[in-house]
Amino acid sequence: MKHFDKPLLELKNIQRLFSKTAVIDGVSFSVHREEVLGIIGRSGAGKSTLIRCINGLECIDSGQIFFETQNIAQLNDNDRRLIRRRIGMIFQNFNLLSSRRIIDNVALPLKLSGASKANRRRRALDLLDIVSLADKAAHYPVQLSGGQKQRVCIARALATNPSVLLSDEATSALDPETTQSILELLTKIKSHMGLTIILITHEMEIIRSIATRLIVLDQGRILEEGSVRDVFAQPKNETTKSLLQVILPTLPSTIAAKLNFIDGQDAIIEFHISGLEAHEPFLNKLEAETGMVARIIQGGIEYIQNEAIGRFFLAIKATDKQKLEKAYAWLAQHSDKSEIVGYV
Amino acid sequence: MSNLEILFSLVPRAVLDTCWMSAASSFFALFFGLPIGLLLYTTSSGNLFENAWINRPVSAIVDSIRAIPFIILAASIMPITRIVVGKAVGNEAMIFILSISAIPFYARMAELSFRNVEKDLIDTVYSMGATRFQTILEVALPEALPSLITGFTVAIIAIVAASATAGFIGAGGLGQLAISYGYQRYNPTVMTSIIFILIVLNVLIQWLGDRITRKFNHSR
Ligand SMILES: Nc1ncnc2c1ncn2[C@@H]1O[C@H](COP(=O)(O)OP(=O)(O)O)[C@@H](O)[C@H]1O
Ligand SMILES: [Mg+2]
Repeated sequence: MKHFDKPLLELKNIQRLFSKTAVIDGVSFSVHREEVLGIIGRSGAGKSTLIRCINGLECIDSGQIFFETQNIAQLNDNDRRLIRRRIGMIFQNFNLLSSRRIIDNVALPLKLSGASKANRRRRALDLLDIVSLADKAAHYPVQLSGGQKQRVCIARALATNPSVLLSDEATSALDPETTQSILELLTKIKSHMGLTIILITHEMEIIRSIATRLIVLDQGRILEEGSVRDVFAQPKNETTKSLLQVILPTLPSTIAAKLNFIDGQDAIIEFHISGLEAHEPFLNKLEAETGMVARIIQGGIEYIQNEAIGRFFLAIKATDKQKLEKAYAWLAQHSDKSEIVGYV
Repeated sequence: MSNLEILFSLVPRAVLDTCWMSAASSFFALFFGLPIGLLLYTTSSGNLFENAWINRPVSAIVDSIRAIPFIILAASIMPITRIVVGKAVGNEAMIFILSISAIPFYARMAELSFRNVEKDLIDTVYSMGATRFQTILEVALPEALPSLITGFTVAIIAIVAASATAGFIGAGGLGQLAISYGYQRYNPTVMTSIIFILIVLNVLIQWLGDRITRKFNHSR
């Protein structure tokens, strides 16, 4: 990513009203070339509306959108149409034309832009090759599986060589395995074509595996924004935390059931660690420096953009309060978060 | 004349008359109804050429004509028929009346077919940078096609039925034969034969319509 570049896309104080209530309420952000920006938020947060504002499917009530430094609002209809061709979009429900063969679906954007029949055909076949569906060119959409349909949609979205790809819950209708293959395809395309991707999802796994930056949207406003690494490691906002909850380890139910908040054999500690600390043998250091042994009950270390983020539930003997106190202090000092959640 | 003589001498001509009247009226229903249906669809609120100033009056005219029973419509537009066709009776006059009655009918059916094209598809093509005319040509029409054909089949069958009714008011064809031999002279054999022919005609049209629809329907 070249930070000195002008942003590819810039939204300034966007507002979108539906019957006088602001569904998008003063949103500003910019997207640089070859970034993968993830937008997460609860259902109804305004994610779809926001992304539809970008390619003109929704008109904005106030604010400005700059695409490749052009202010979209100041363009005439024709120029705006040309810009839409530079922005590809894929959807949860595919939106393929049932009346057209796969190859003609992929070629449609080219037909709309007036490309010759031979060129359309050649390019559509090339694109189908990229998404490994050249053998389905003569089929109709109904004959394809969900994953295949989404591949066709990706091919179609790329037909006019867009610089941005918008994805609105594109994998939400697919099973985990198919989702994974679509993500791999997107990653491949991104690096081959230097594509910029903005993707909406409610699946944190997707953000974790392909996004570089993250925006958390709630009630039409940006709650939190930052690199995926930072937001995942240290979510600041309660909404963000609860959205991220699904990928955090949870206490095994047998232990959760026995948990009390006063006393017990073991203290259960929720422990988050990231950055350089996470690369250290920290449990060994804990033992060496405090003489206390911590047992991992649940959790592990994952890597997001090459940075380690660890989340654990640890058990430490609680029979000697002074020693526990010392161990807990050590953990608190070396972590992003340490909290005694109870005793068993 | 014996029943057989009646059947052999009059029926072929009557079948031809009915087919001619129905075919011509169906053609006009399609020729004018489809564009009016498209107009109703595109000018309705939230659609490509949203325009209440066009949509409301056209809607009102279409619904008014549809509200009038066929026989009464035929009688009430008699002066217009005379101006357009030159006379108020005969097959050509009936084609005019049948068309006037069928055009609004098919316009509404076509509008419904267009409405059933998913809004998301329209949006998708819009987001590809399509013009509004391209959206109609490349999406609305091809996607609605199977449904438009089904609707047209229904319209043709309604027209055949109406053309039989038109026998009461001076049209030729099977309707007139059924009325003069079946209804006025009560000849069960002739009447049954005509009913049979009408049934066969309907079944045939429906079968053909279904076949063509299936040919264009790739969503199943
Ligand atoms: N066309 C519309 N008319 C009225 N309200 C709408 C429309 N589209 C979306 N909304 C409202 O805007 C809010 C945000 O919707 P949406 O952008 O679809 O959220 P998300 O994609 O985050 O689930 C919702 O409360 C929804 O009801
Ligand atoms: Mg949505």
